[in-house]
Amino acid sequence: MIKWKNRSEFWITGAKLADPESRKIRAGSIHINNGRIEEVVWKKSIETDLEIFDAEGYLVAPGFIDIHTHLRDPGFEDKEIIATGTAAAAAGGYTSIACMANTNPAIDEPSVVRYILDKNREAGETRLYVIAAVTKGLDGKEINEFHLLKEAGAIALSDDGNFITNSKVMRSALEYAGLLGLPIISHCEDPDLAGDGLMNEGYYSTKLGFSGIPAVSEEIAVARDIALAKLTGSRLHIAHVSTAGSVELIREAKKKGIPVTAEVTPHHLTMDDSLLQEYDRNLKVNPPLRSLEDIKALKKALKNGTVDCIATDHAPHTEIDKQVEFNFAPPGMIGLQTAFSHLYTELVLSGELELIDLVRMMTSAPAKTLGIPGGTLETGVQADLVVIDLDAEWIFNGKVNRSKSFNTPLADRSFNGHVQGTFLAGKWKQMV
Amino acid sequence: MQFKHKNLLGLEELSSGEIELILDTADNFKEVSERVIKKVPALRGITIANLFYEPSTRTKISFELAEKRLSADIVNFSKATSSVTKGESLRDTAENIEAMKVDIVVMRHGSSGAHKFLSEFLNASIVNAGDGQHEHPTQALLDMLTLRQRWGTLMGKKVTIIGDIMHSRVARSNIWGLTKMGVKVTICGPPTMMPAEVASMGEGGVKVEYDLRKAIADADAINILRIQLERQKSKLFPSFREYFAVFGISSDILKNVQKDCIIMHPGPMNRGVEISQEVADGERSVILPQVTNGVAVRMAVLFLIAGGRSGETKIRKG
Repeated sequence: MIKWKNRSEFWITGAKLADPESRKIRAGSIHINNGRIEEVVWKKSIETDLEIFDAEGYLVAPGFIDIHTHLRDPGFEDKEIIATGTAAAAAGGYTSIACMANTNPAIDEPSVVRYILDKNREAGETRLYVIAAVTKGLDGKEINEFHLLKEAGAIALSDDGNFITNSKVMRSALEYAGLLGLPIISHCEDPDLAGDGLMNEGYYSTKLGFSGIPAVSEEIAVARDIALAKLTGSRLHIAHVSTAGSVELIREAKKKGIPVTAEVTPHHLTMDDSLLQEYDRNLKVNPPLRSLEDIKALKKALKNGTVDCIATDHAPHTEIDKQVEFNFAPPGMIGLQTAFSHLYTELVLSGELELIDLVRMMTSAPAKTLGIPGGTLETGVQADLVVIDLDAEWIFNGKVNRSKSFNTPLADRSFNGHVQGTFLAGKWKQMV
Repeated sequence: MQFKHKNLLGLEELSSGEIELILDTADNFKEVSERVIKKVPALRGITIANLFYEPSTRTKISFELAEKRLSADIVNFSKATSSVTKGESLRDTAENIEAMKVDIVVMRHGSSGAHKFLSEFLNASIVNAGDGQHEHPTQALLDMLTLRQRWGTLMGKKVTIIGDIMHSRVARSNIWGLTKMGVKVTICGPPTMMPAEVASMGEGGVKVEYDLRKAIADADAINILRIQLERQKSKLFPSFREYFAVFGISSDILKNVQKDCIIMHPGPMNRGVEISQEVADGERSVILPQVTNGVAVRMAVLFLIAGGRSGETKIRKG
């Protein structure tokens, strides 16, 4: 356990520093003054009269950034509130998160943006960015007051959970958002093709007796939105990419210079549809867990840059919500507290992904994707950092869970790499 | 051989030996229904709850008769479910019924996996009388019993299943059961009703054939599935007359099949849609013997699940 009394100027020494921009992990020290990074020195120790935060044996990186979180507040406070959602994020090493608009009321009014930001100032454990709704009440019909929403603090727009089926509405939204420099985050799913599907269409949906959600229901939607991004020249971000076909479309679009980015979730990188054979409602997510071939394509896309960053799609639901027949259970799983450890254990330790790339995909890459600050060790930036014990093993159970909900297929799983705490603007938050 | 399962959730989880045991037991019980006094005391003192969350006529009656002929005490609960109406949860209903000391729950439910879900909470044994599009194990068992009575053995025989495979729990249970027993299974139906990668289902896979004539050419038995009326509304096929023209079983199309080929249907039939009047009532049809066998098979399943002997039965394993 790290003992530390907050002060405004100090050094962090002894750490292995992960710098996503230069892609290096080396011994280094960080001088922090007044909540900002004053200087990074690539030396293990430093001669100084200032207090020293001894990070010997730990990895220190820019604090993680999640651009896809459902905080459920306002409207679904039984599932999550801003205090608990950001606490789960901080415990997972995040210092900034962006919350989705499908609250009740939806984030389609400047007042709702302000309410959320006020709430976070009161009770938040991380910085919070607000993603406002594209259409009123997420109905896919009428676009919102993007300018006023931006003025209130919104940094991006999304009807996440719903695909905007009307192509004219999506075109207008992209054109109008482009004027304001706001990216539109699209939940790509053709609702007619997805139909009453409950899981990935394939051998396992056939075996389990569920209508399937075909991969093309996502790919058709991705293709349309790429075409509209090309037409409008506006920034499009594809949420939770889940299929090999979508990866291919995004790769081609990027080659042509179309302004599209994409994210992938930890669960779509690590879990396939065969896991649903026990009908575990915590594995019901949208988009659904796909095939092993899709996972392979997603991992490759993460490495070659087709997919820009990792985002959790943290989606809390209560035990009561999930303790029903599979088809009645709402889709979604929580993910903030486990994202790093889960991927470190499954992808980095297995040799499939370099640690620095995992760090980059959770820091500078998501920051760039949405154009929000953070994710680097540059001089002058806010001192938002995460301190991780890579050798520590820990178990994710109900006792350590900080979210208000515990809908996760990772319950009682053991992980390597344990977040010890974060610095938020130079202020230490002990997490273990 | 002993039957070691607490629940019967599907045929996927049974071995060929266990299926054989159920069929042998059913053969023994068949005679009970022929008696003047159609009753044995095998399940005296055992309480069974029949939970039917979906409409059912023959399966419900068949289970009730099986339970009564085994001298079990029974209670019935029928309720239509929907995702919209939020009444008491399935979990609460089942736990309440169990709190009244029920030993076996027989359930039909519209959600695939509902029985698996319930088994997380119940100590009582659970028998699946149909879950969504997943399994309907006792239907497949009675189908296999009917075939075995005809043929003596199932090994090496050929069965063709025709119709809406995608939405059919009868098809899935039959595929599991028949392939485990060494039957070569062919499935046939419109591509819109053929689920993804279905050829890999069952033990060793099945043959998918879209041409009806080819599909039935060398079949020893044809199992015709019911076409649900709502499937036409959801545009999976253009019209009933077109369905009958392409996939319907008429005496005309049966001219090319094997001499002893038999016709099965799990009911209820849509005469004139998937099966013609003549074929339904024709001499190849074993549709009514299937129904008779249904009672015997369900007696066997309940008897084996209850541990074989009333009095010494200990089924509340916890």
